[in-house]
Amino acid sequence: MSTTDGEMLLDVVDRLFTDLTEDGAMRRARAGEWLGEAWSAVEEMGLPLALVPEEKGGFGIAASDALAIVRLTGRHALPLPLAETMLANHLLAEAGLPLAQGPASIAVAAGAPVPWGRFVRTLVRETSGGGVERVDSWTVTREGRNLANMPRDAVAFATDGSAATHGGLPVLAAGAAIRALQIAGAMERVVELTATHVSERQQFGRPISKFQVVQHEIAKLASEAAAASAAADMAAEGFLRGAAGGLAIAAARVRSGEAVGIGTSVAQQMHGAIGFTEEHRLHWYTTSLWSWRDEFGTHSHWAQKLGAAALAAGGAQFWQFVTEAA
Amino acid sequence: MMDAIHFASPPRHEGAETLRQEVRAFLAEQLKDRSPLRKSDSWNGFSREFSRAMGQRGWLGMTWPKRYGGHERSAFERYVVVEEILAAGAPVAAHWIGDRQSGPTILAYGTEEQKQTLLPRIAAGELVFCIGMSEPDSGSDLAATRTRAERVEGGWKVTGTKLWTTNGHNADWMILFCRTSGSTADRQAGTSQFLVDLKNTPGVTIRPIIDLAGQHHFNEVHFDGALLPPDALLGTEGQGWNQVMGELAFERSGPERFLSSIQLIVELVNVLSGRDSDLARAAVGRLVAHLLVLRRLSRGVAAMLEAGENPAIHAAIVKDLGAVFEQSVPEIARTLVDAEPDIGSDHAFQAVLANIMLNAPSWSLRGGTREILRGIIARGIGLR
Ligand SMILES: Cc1cc2nc3c(=O)[nH]c(=O)nc-3n(C[C@H](O)[C@H](O)[C@H](O)COP(=O)(O)OP(=O)(O)OC[C@H]3O[C@@H](n4cnc5c(N)ncnc54)[C@H](O)[C@@H]3O)c2cc1C
Repeated sequence: MSTTDGEMLLDVVDRLFTDLTEDGAMRRARAGEWLGEAWSAVEEMGLPLALVPEEKGGFGIAASDALAIVRLTGRHALPLPLAETMLANHLLAEAGLPLAQGPASIAVAAGAPVPWGRFVRTLVRETSGGGVERVDSWTVTREGRNLANMPRDAVAFATDGSAATHGGLPVLAAGAAIRALQIAGAMERVVELTATHVSERQQFGRPISKFQVVQHEIAKLASEAAAASAAADMAAEGFLRGAAGGLAIAAARVRSGEAVGIGTSVAQQMHGAIGFTEEHRLHWYTTSLWSWRDEFGTHSHWAQKLGAAALAAGGAQFWQFVTEAA
Repeated sequence: MMDAIHFASPPRHEGAETLRQEVRAFLAEQLKDRSPLRKSDSWNGFSREFSRAMGQRGWLGMTWPKRYGGHERSAFERYVVVEEILAAGAPVAAHWIGDRQSGPTILAYGTEEQKQTLLPRIAAGELVFCIGMSEPDSGSDLAATRTRAERVEGGWKVTGTKLWTTNGHNADWMILFCRTSGSTADRQAGTSQFLVDLKNTPGVTIRPIIDLAGQHHFNEVHFDGALLPPDALLGTEGQGWNQVMGELAFERSGPERFLSSIQLIVELVNVLSGRDSDLARAAVGRLVAHLLVLRRLSRGVAAMLEAGENPAIHAAIVKDLGAVFEQSVPEIARTLVDAEPDIGSDHAFQAVLANIMLNAPSWSLRGGTREILRGIIARGIGLR
């Protein structure tokens, strides 16, 4: 697919996600409802297969465009396991296993709660040896949720232990890259919402954007969003690089995790009390960001992993390590 | 609105990676006796010898046309050389301003004669330049410049005082920004730039100013009716402001904007290597993550400059994020390692910590303060 085709596709997907995330739908999803019609709309466009190469049953969407779709799921805080399903199908295709029918998700070896475990029909389980296994039946042992009220469930499954190997990038790192992209998408939206809010909100007889301290806070937020965006680009490159991309993804997650902390604190502050309500949509993004930055490996996990690699390189090789890591 | 937060992806450039190995080999030889403390001087270290060696290798004026002594190489190759010499802690000050800022300005606005006489010598590492912008009453508010060049018979007569002139005492030439008509009330209008031959112009007095670290890097430069020849004018009379704004874009986004404290990170890694500590690993991981993302942002601006775009807002973002990061490093290092800052210490970590701490305050001032940068970024997002 050429770049212009890719851009057109992204425009169409962007509009679809806007339609699917109107206030009523977001409320229902956050109350624990499965948005079946929304999922059908996403499936009709073929999006669950976007990260699958054409020769393995995909639609021939460029991998970079597919990752841009993942970013859009973040931009809209899409309350569906689309990114997870895209990744699951990507892993299944790489491992030569049959693709998922319907929504799918990932169960990492470390045993973290499974996103959307109660609603999906297929799981890709990461085995302790780093392989993957396709799982079709399991029981949810605890229905949990993340800070954005999205399902994060403990599951139990009997497995036949038949692991297949896949492309090389560990499943946890692949998932971490997906979350880095979503973080960048949502950060972008937070900048837009906040810049718009301060331009419209009047106090002391003028828009609060006229106060220099407000301008400087928005600049800080924008810079953090820029860092998160570059981190996501780096994660996407790491994802496409395979086994050698792990450090780039680790770095992306550490930097974007920090961007989330600074950025959401500015956004919440600049919105005032209205931003602290369920009415205003800012919280969709804030709460999603707070959770995504610790999913598929916590911030601390990735920071330690990256730090351990740098310390192993040592001071004399430190700069070489930096230039080769990403 | 959102264009400001999206940066170009830096391309992979195989030729540049070969060059990187050449530069590393050169630096290993050149810097084998340089102490960690001196390496941490970053772009303050001054050595005409080192700069001439850089010139001989063809690593100055790299992107300029060959007819002016340049080497017609890509911006990415230049980027590789610059980041390698900074990361290694080489003494770059004798060529730094000429190669990065003054040379490109002369190339853009100079007359054929100015280009022919000055650029080949900058590219050879033979000419030291300094920047005469700031004044006692004109810092962030550059348009408030009071220094004045008056057209007289035989050229221009300059009166006024420039301040904080880095390397003024070593420099052969200054690019001077001043007023040529009107008054400070006219703001940007009526300003111009001049090439000042500091070693051969009577009426110029240079006085040292000792900085917080106890060192002599910057100066006060006083012009007492100094006479400049007619061809000292650089570019167009009255266009000084626009010329200077273009110059600052070169100045705001390079690797120098986040590598000032790299030697302290290196010493920190040396101290922490082999320690089995979650805290140490996480802290070092965070520093690396910042470096990788800053480097990507900075190379993204280089890609945008190469593509002929005007990434002024992106450059401001790099400089602001970079300075905040650089300045955070000593604060982080000192909480992780049980050692006092001590510039005379035999322990590299302690000496470098002291030097970095003493120099850090300048990083969010020079080249545009944090507050000015944030104003530029806010405007880029559509506020103000
Ligand atoms: C190490 C070093 C090297 C330097 N080298 C050179 C050189 O070679 N040549 C040269 O010309 N200059 C040089 N400078 C000067 C540098 O460009 C100025 O320091 C800088 O432009 C700020 O000016 P100022 O110091 O007068 O501070 P001021 O402009 O007086 O600012 C003081 C404080 O007020 C804030 N402030 C000012 N205006 C505003 C505003 N509108 N809104 C909000 N806050 C504001 C600033 O951000 C700052 O925090 C150097 C400075 C340093 C520290």
